[in-house]
Amino acid sequence: MIGARQAWLTEWLKNALLEVQEYVKLCVLALKGSVSRPFYARDVMEQIDIIGLGSLTVVVLTGFFTGAVLALQMGMTLDQFGARPFVGRLISASMIKELGPVLTALMLAGRVGSGIAAELGSMMVTEQISALRALGTDPIRKLVVPRVLAGFLMCPILTVVANAVGLAGGWLIALTQLRVPSGVYWSSVVEGLFIQDVWMGLIKPFFLGFVIVTIGCHVGLRTSGGTQGVGRSTTNAVVAASVLVLIVDFFVTRLLISILFR
Amino acid sequence: MRHKSLAEFGLPMELAEPHAPVVLFDKVCLAFDEKVILKNVTFDVRAGHTKIFLGASGAGKSTILKIMLGLLKPDSGTVWVLGHRVDEMTETQLMGVRHHMGMVFQEGALFDSFTVGENVGYKLYEETTQPLAEVRLRVEEVLGFVGLSEHIDKQPSELSGGQRRRVAIARAMAAKPTLLLYDEPTTGLDPITSVTIDDEIIKLRDLEAVTSVIVTHQLRDAYYIATRSASRDAGGELQIDHADEVKVNEADFVMLKDGNIHFEGSADELRGSTDPYLQMFLS
Repeated sequence: MIGARQAWLTEWLKNALLEVQEYVKLCVLALKGSVSRPFYARDVMEQIDIIGLGSLTVVVLTGFFTGAVLALQMGMTLDQFGARPFVGRLISASMIKELGPVLTALMLAGRVGSGIAAELGSMMVTEQISALRALGTDPIRKLVVPRVLAGFLMCPILTVVANAVGLAGGWLIALTQLRVPSGVYWSSVVEGLFIQDVWMGLIKPFFLGFVIVTIGCHVGLRTSGGTQGVGRSTTNAVVAASVLVLIVDFFVTRLLISILFR
Repeated sequence: MRHKSLAEFGLPMELAEPHAPVVLFDKVCLAFDEKVILKNVTFDVRAGHTKIFLGASGAGKSTILKIMLGLLKPDSGTVWVLGHRVDEMTETQLMGVRHHMGMVFQEGALFDSFTVGENVGYKLYEETTQPLAEVRLRVEEVLGFVGLSEHIDKQPSELSGGQRRRVAIARAMAAKPTLLLYDEPTTGLDPITSVTIDDEIIKLRDLEAVTSVIVTHQLRDAYYIATRSASRDAGGELQIDHADEVKVNEADFVMLKDGNIHFEGSADELRGSTDPYLQMFLS
């Protein structure tokens, strides 16, 4: 019984290490492919359109309602201290430093990570990836590099959009529900922000975008087992990307605090 | 019909003789975990000839094609393709060898987000610097060759199974390869459509001088390809007739069983064999 458990654990550890090794290899190849030829610029533009513009609606809705609900909740708490006019300060600090990047990344993990895993997974099981290689095209350069670059570039831009819309959502609630004048709200928003916060909110999404897309590509390219395998890969990509977003967010935040707030 | 020599493709001089081996497998072994796929497999394929691999499902037929293309690496043994030792090459180096090869996958493996024309011209559009107008002409030419010119702007999903296989053949031949690999090209097709695909394979071999490696378990198609030849008459009309003895002997049959080569020989030798396994397979 113990022997069987040990064997299972050894097998599990071996598989986990193999996955990590393959993931790191894919990241290295993607980075190499980004700075060497052949470079498929048209595919990069196409992916920027799909990942960036395609995710705009979901990011705008998420940002707006997050900002709005923050205003409602914080308004109630601040009322206890008679500090309702400071609502803008709390919304800007939490949206720009943390909620904007993380919620945008989680939305992208659900929409983009799953889409990439399903698309590449389907291409794997229908031998389209093998066909690409047989036709002399490197699937990493053709499929992975454009997605990684698009995710890396679009995640920060979408985060800025989410932050802006979130502040607007908070303003709408502050104005209509909390009766905080616009001028008070916006000056509070600015007062609540330090330049280090803005840097943190802008730097983190680059890491998160990279993680989401590379996980989607890695899981997609390791798909096997027909349509069932594609379904499994899609789920795995969303779960792995979402969890990694939170883990990477923690470590990057820790790193940035030590760099920016020295 | 003169077969293209490898020298015409800028390949090594030692393989430049007509009918020199285009593919050479020497004691190739491959296993996935405990499952042995190939055991000491040795054979060659000569320029302009046809090699037909037969065998039950899981016998390792498709694996041989993937090793030739460098999609899989053998555990041991050496593999020479078009004068290059592909079992030792990196993915980047393999791209150069694949430039002279084409493969028709079992289900076609067409890119479903591209039109038929984009699928056929993919390699020329993406991997060469040919002007777009020239690529378009070549795409129209090869689609005409497989009789699908009118479908150039359709999506693969709008085509029948047989048409998709013919598009896959057109895609594989668009860049004028020296060596074409076919993975179960007629599996799952009705007999009439299968003959259409067989005719395309024969046309490519005899009119375009392409060396063919075919994996199939459709004996009828295998015999048809081995015993027919294509030619054009004085008026340029295509004719597919019974091949002469020399041509028939240029087609080799290989029967795989449990990862080993169980039989290798001509169509007549296969028919005349008294081996119980072959008898069972042939019946």
